[in-house]
Amino acid sequence: MAQEQYPDAALASQPAEPRAARSIKKSGVLWGEFAIKSWLASCSFISIVTTAAIVILLLSETLNFFESVSPREFFFGTTWTPLFEPSSFGVLPLVWGTLIVTIGAALIAIPTGLASAIYLSEYASDRMRSIIKPVLELLAGIPTVVYGYFALTFVTPVLRNVFPDIQVFNALSAAIVVGIMVLPMVATMSDNALRAVPVSLRQGAYALGATSYEVTTRVVVPAGLSGVMASFLLAISRAIGETMAVTLAAGQTPNMSLTMFESIQTMTSYIVQVSLGDTPSGGVAYQTLFAVATLLFAITLVINIISQMILNRFREVYE
Amino acid sequence: MSQFPDSTLAEQNLQMSKKSVLELRNVNIFYSDNQAVNDVSFNIRRNKITAIIGPSGCGKSTLLRSLNRMNDFVDGARVEGELIFGNENLYGKEVDAVEVRRRIGMVFQKPNPFPKSIYNNISWGPLINGFNGSTDELVERSLKQAALWEEVKDRLHESALNLSGGQQQRLCIARALAMEPEVLLMDEPCSALDPISTARIEDLLFELKSSYTIVIVTHNMQQAARISDYTAFMEMGDLIEFNVTKKIFTRPAMKRTEEYVTGRFG
Repeated sequence: MAQEQYPDAALASQPAEPRAARSIKKSGVLWGEFAIKSWLASCSFISIVTTAAIVILLLSETLNFFESVSPREFFFGTTWTPLFEPSSFGVLPLVWGTLIVTIGAALIAIPTGLASAIYLSEYASDRMRSIIKPVLELLAGIPTVVYGYFALTFVTPVLRNVFPDIQVFNALSAAIVVGIMVLPMVATMSDNALRAVPVSLRQGAYALGATSYEVTTRVVVPAGLSGVMASFLLAISRAIGETMAVTLAAGQTPNMSLTMFESIQTMTSYIVQVSLGDTPSGGVAYQTLFAVATLLFAITLVINIISQMILNRFREVYE
Repeated sequence: MSQFPDSTLAEQNLQMSKKSVLELRNVNIFYSDNQAVNDVSFNIRRNKITAIIGPSGCGKSTLLRSLNRMNDFVDGARVEGELIFGNENLYGKEVDAVEVRRRIGMVFQKPNPFPKSIYNNISWGPLINGFNGSTDELVERSLKQAALWEEVKDRLHESALNLSGGQQQRLCIARALAMEPEVLLMDEPCSALDPISTARIEDLLFELKSSYTIVIVTHNMQQAARISDYTAFMEMGDLIEFNVTKKIFTRPAMKRTEEYVTGRFG
């Protein structure tokens, strides 16, 4: 009875024809697989080994440095003159130099970058976007030494017209060009974060009678906040580590002045100064290089950890 | 096409203007060069459920989205003809699209709660639009209207994303109701839901009918037959037939309608 109703079922219950007999056992060691896997693994180990080597080198040289100079003097001293007599090893002027350049750059790059990102993702037409995006990428691709030169030959002269008493090398000019330099990073990363927010959320908000501005500020930016914050922190990290432009624009004068009109020296510019080769290797002056580099590394690491914590806390998951 | 064969045109118009919330007159909708909706005219009655049915790509969602200007966000979308809402054309030059959406709410195919708490999902719309009453009462009332209150009253400040799909969709309905819209548009609101959640939402629509006008797009003909008072059948951008639901499903005037509702195509 059942077979009459479902003729296919009768067919299906017949045993399938046996296929050509072929074992499914391994036919031997797969040497090609093994070689490729080993090669890929060794490539990825290169970065681990390099990182470990750098950290070990930095730490060991830094420990040597602290045999000659007390940590107390290094961390709390306010005079940095390691290269000439009487030598003094207070790193605070370098940290201060880095700090004001970074803060200045962040004040420029974060609001402008976020505003650009909001414009690009929420307001710009596709045509506008197709013009602005490549220009931003171009801005990001300019070598940093060009930014330094730009600061020295364009930004500083302009600033001197406005503030006649500004020095040739000054922190303000450096902060401005570093701000311009990291702006594309904030804009592009934030734009990506905002565009990743599902269209359905925007539609839901518009359907409740929200204006574009309300949709953007109350729904889209909060939903994309983790990516936006990440872009800020990466930009700050990048500004702290920025070397060439700052060295050219801000000069080489360790200084704790509150004004941005004077020459300062950042941690990175100091490393450039010593690396240029006038300092004999092996001495305490040379070891300062590693102490400053370790400090720089530690600061960046701490920022990255903080950024991770902020990301986890502020994250608004939308799926 | 004859919508009301029993009455004269003049009578129809008179009757409709009293009972209708929205009047569609010769509506054409284009996406760039493609025409998605061709010369559609019908009226949406107050405190009734109007269903728009038809095969995929027939223009029913496009038509629905034109009713609260959600097509404004689609590049190249253009609406011609008149959509009369309270004596004004929705697409008139001086019309504020934001105000239109305050008065004509929408629930989408896929639940799209904001990544905020249940409470803030409800209060968000009214607050940005200047609501200054008690948000506690508003949230409770809206959730009760959407038959969600009992399930969530103890966790109003938890993320809306922890709710099930059916609960999220009812939250989206509650969110739309909190704005007290004159018309509620629903774009296949049950297509992403299981049968039990679907049944709950259908029950809910019955209850909402007394205070709201609902237009629902649905793929599911049984659903249209169960819940709606009027049905518009569309195919290839044309309105094939518009009538009371009972007629559409029992004695349709058009052969095409009959074929569709009896499941012969679509």
